[in-house]
Amino acid sequence: MKPPPLVYERAESVSDAVAILAEMEWGARVIAGGQSLVPMLNLRLAPLIKLVDISRIEDLRAFSDDGGRVVYGACLRHGEFEDGAVPDCANGMMQRVASRIAYRAIRNRGTIGGSVALADPSADWITVLIALGAIFTVAGPTGRREIHADEMFLGPYTTALGEHDILCSISLPKLSAEGRTGFYKVIRKAGEYPMTTASVVRDPATGLNAVVLGAVNRPQLRLRRSSAILAASTRWSDDVGAALIDAYGEDLAAAGRDGDPYERKLCETTVLRAVQQALR
Amino acid sequence: MLITLTINGKTTTAEIEDRTLLADFLRAPAQGCTSVHLGCEHGVCGACTVIMDGQIRRSCIALAAACDGASIVTLEGLAGDELTERLKASFVKNHGLQCGFCTPGMIISAREMITRNPAMEESELRQDMSGNLCRCTGFSGIVNAIKEAAEAHRRASQ
Repeated sequence: MKPPPLVYERAESVSDAVAILAEMEWGARVIAGGQSLVPMLNLRLAPLIKLVDISRIEDLRAFSDDGGRVVYGACLRHGEFEDGAVPDCANGMMQRVASRIAYRAIRNRGTIGGSVALADPSADWITVLIALGAIFTVAGPTGRREIHADEMFLGPYTTALGEHDILCSISLPKLSAEGRTGFYKVIRKAGEYPMTTASVVRDPATGLNAVVLGAVNRPQLRLRRSSAILAASTRWSDDVGAALIDAYGEDLAAAGRDGDPYERKLCETTVLRAVQQALR
Repeated sequence: MLITLTINGKTTTAEIEDRTLLADFLRAPAQGCTSVHLGCEHGVCGACTVIMDGQIRRSCIALAAACDGASIVTLEGLAGDELTERLKASFVKNHGLQCGFCTPGMIISAREMITRNPAMEESELRQDMSGNLCRCTGFSGIVNAIKEAAEAHRRASQ
């Protein structure tokens, strides 16, 4: 239950970190908050020989608000969203989600960028970022590029990030004053990893409508038919609920995931409750 | 690598293996902070919770190297602190402990919680303390102990 022997190096800048990573053919990994990576090292699940600490790079801890979008540095911590130390682009959704990630001691260290880069299928942030349409800025040996949330998450623990890439920032659109959101997760014990998550965004002023489902050991799923029901509804009612159950069933069937009745029911409840919040 | 930490007010410089966990460094004879308990060693049980630069964190999933320059406070460093002493007495009175293994982490987390949100409802208290596990008491004694200490702290701060 201790990390294997490894070399720890602290990067002074993003280009410094990229250069250190690029020297290594394998076995190097970026560490920020380390709240998932160090447990994985302790459990000897991560066969690494070098860690590159990016948590003190100032550029990665910055945030900016240009009126239309908010850009969050990848090394901002969950606790900083919880405490309102950074602007909330989604009318309180960022704060609400952050405040229920694991425990306070974890939130004080864990970063939003770390959650993205690890892509744990049950991570709280991921469905939120897909629903809001995040654009990620990534630095690599060939320079910087942008990756849209729909192209970022390829499956459990799998992202579009290359071996020598560093996630620098996350750009999110600001919701209008009419923008409503929902987030629901099923957990067996407070602070544990969720079994399922669902994020819902509905903003008539900007035309952003999204319902995204996350479930343990499955890729996140954008529910397009459910989103159409959401877009066409203004308030929650039994009719909306019934239409949503049908649409959700079609979404699941289209993804080839309607097999397991337990998973189906669990996800259905998660999605319905998240949509209900957004249509309150 | 060489790191410098301020532990309970005393600045220490030491040569460590890069892989050293903060918890193991604190517990080593030179530092002697044996209130830092290692339970699960993967961030779930909360027994290793310490205060780093004013915020609680898990020392079992912190690399000591990454904490270079930080100021750490363990339960030893909180001896005589008013709220800490109140919590200790309240834990004893309300059967907030049996074997005592989880207690240092419980006290540190509870102290931080009361400081951050003194008027906390019981449901919030339970939610906030969910990151500290006890295998003896069934938690009722712990919740009662924290509620009583929080109430006394509120009255004393008015």
